[in-house]
Amino acid sequence: MSLEKDQVQHIAMLARLRVGDDEIADTVDKLSRIVDFVDQLSQADTTDVVPMAHPLDAAQRLRPDVVTETDERDEFQENAPAVSDGFYLVPKVIE
Amino acid sequence: MSSNDLHTQGLTQLARGLENGGFTAVELVTALLDRVEAHDTELNAFITVTADTALQAAERADAERNKGETGVLNGLPLVHKDIFCTRGVLTTCGSRMLENFVSPYDATVVERLAGAGAVMLGKTNMDEFAMGSSNETSYFGPVKNPWDLTCSPGGSSGGSAASVAARIAPAATGTDTGGSIRQPAALTGTTGLKPTYGRVSRYGMIAFASSLDQAGVITRSAEDAALLLGVMAGFDVRDSTSIDHPVPDYLAGLGESLQGLRVGIVRQHFDAGLDAATGNAVRDALAVLEAQGASLTEVDLPNLDLSVPTYYVVAPAECSSNLSRFDGIRFGHRAGNPEDLLDMYCRSRGEGFGAEVKRRILTGTYVLSAGYYDAYYLKAQQVRQLIADDFREAFADVDVIAGPTAPAPAFRLGDKTDDPITMYLNDIYTIGANLAGLPGISIPCGFASELPVGLHLVGPHFGEEQLLRTAHQYQLQTDWHTRCPEGYA
Repeated sequence: MSLEKDQVQHIAMLARLRVGDDEIADTVDKLSRIVDFVDQLSQADTTDVVPMAHPLDAAQRLRPDVVTETDERDEFQENAPAVSDGFYLVPKVIE
Repeated sequence: MSSNDLHTQGLTQLARGLENGGFTAVELVTALLDRVEAHDTELNAFITVTADTALQAAERADAERNKGETGVLNGLPLVHKDIFCTRGVLTTCGSRMLENFVSPYDATVVERLAGAGAVMLGKTNMDEFAMGSSNETSYFGPVKNPWDLTCSPGGSSGGSAASVAARIAPAATGTDTGGSIRQPAALTGTTGLKPTYGRVSRYGMIAFASSLDQAGVITRSAEDAALLLGVMAGFDVRDSTSIDHPVPDYLAGLGESLQGLRVGIVRQHFDAGLDAATGNAVRDALAVLEAQGASLTEVDLPNLDLSVPTYYVVAPAECSSNLSRFDGIRFGHRAGNPEDLLDMYCRSRGEGFGAEVKRRILTGTYVLSAGYYDAYYLKAQQVRQLIADDFREAFADVDVIAGPTAPAPAFRLGDKTDDPITMYLNDIYTIGANLAGLPGISIPCGFASELPVGLHLVGPHFGEEQLLRTAHQYQLQTDWHTRCPEGYA
């Protein structure tokens, strides 16, 4: 097994993803297989190869810094789990 | 043409029928909604059926036609993969996370097709967040392959492919990050086109891996695919990866012969990993192209073997970043009674995402984490450049590269769910085109074990015209694309 349970739990915390006790063994097993599989990349000789930044070598397009979006907060908040007076509600973060 | 067999027609034929007044859009849409009713219980190809709005849109299309104001797709029905945002309609991406998400806006693809008069029948089932090659990762259950209901239709655009194969819809949209249009097209005997990276706008298309994702179509023929691509393609200021490149008339060049076409064959594509009967069907197809005047040349893609591992670093890395937007706050699933903010994030995501999506987020987080970035992510982007360079060199000598789309015909549901690597290797022939941003098309070219086989054609950047022409000319000489699964005629 190339990954340990502790490692996977650490990664899961970084990803803000709860992996349940019933899922952890299977997750460690399958992630290890994936990591072993992609490890074959280390065999490739990539000396002096510039990593790909864009498949068509295109540059990121920029736009003028002007306001183009209109306020659609009320419509967007219809999909929010909990809102109040236009605000998104979350659990208390300041004691 | 009686309304009993409208479902047997492709888009081009239906467009002619509507124009000649043989039937109305309302009659056509009604006939197809009856097909959904009759067949979707067994297929599970739809997540949402939009019968009411489809009939209203069909009425509008008929009214416009009566006034002489018709778009090129006026009254033509199609289905959208449930990855495309549709205003006022449930858009789930096959996930519990978005089980109740009603999009406040339309994707550009949806908007353009509707603008040309197309009528949406519904939203199709798919692997969760497009992560899968069998449709089995969908929160809404797997789609069945109309050629054999115990088999997978492929994925991730499995519902789109199955609905076109079963003659429920004449056409469907799909998305392709590693083969998600072409592989299901191959496994269901349909025509599936993935355009060049940046060719079709991704605005409103829920992101998986942003350097690979591209929208395309699944149809009954290359001609129908050309018709749709002409409407969908083109620059969109709302998609920062959209490329400003002229859109040709994809239908105009279809009639030209294949005389002088240079077709490249990759030897590794026919290695031991390929099912024998699949290989025979593909070789027969190459012989047809040759008989039409094309020349076959062997080309070498020396780094091709590394395409799947490269993909399974790059795609999960981008997925882990893209899917961080699902935080349980602004939209999507939120866990009940969170202890604090961290608990809310972790449990909302843990409950909202299925096992495969979690694996990819974790893989991506791992390869991007401190100490591993250079060994995995940076290395993969270097190998990716080598793979793209191989294609560039090959296209100096040939116009298209031809081979099998998938290593074998449709596999049984449940057969590949235990080992992620076995599933990932299904996309071994299609992933290279995504890594290099190239267009690809899969067209039916025969059968293996009574299941459809796909011929895969890949072209250089913006080479869609050539691909569509090659596919269309092949389809003029063969009838594989007209074969219909038993029980769906």
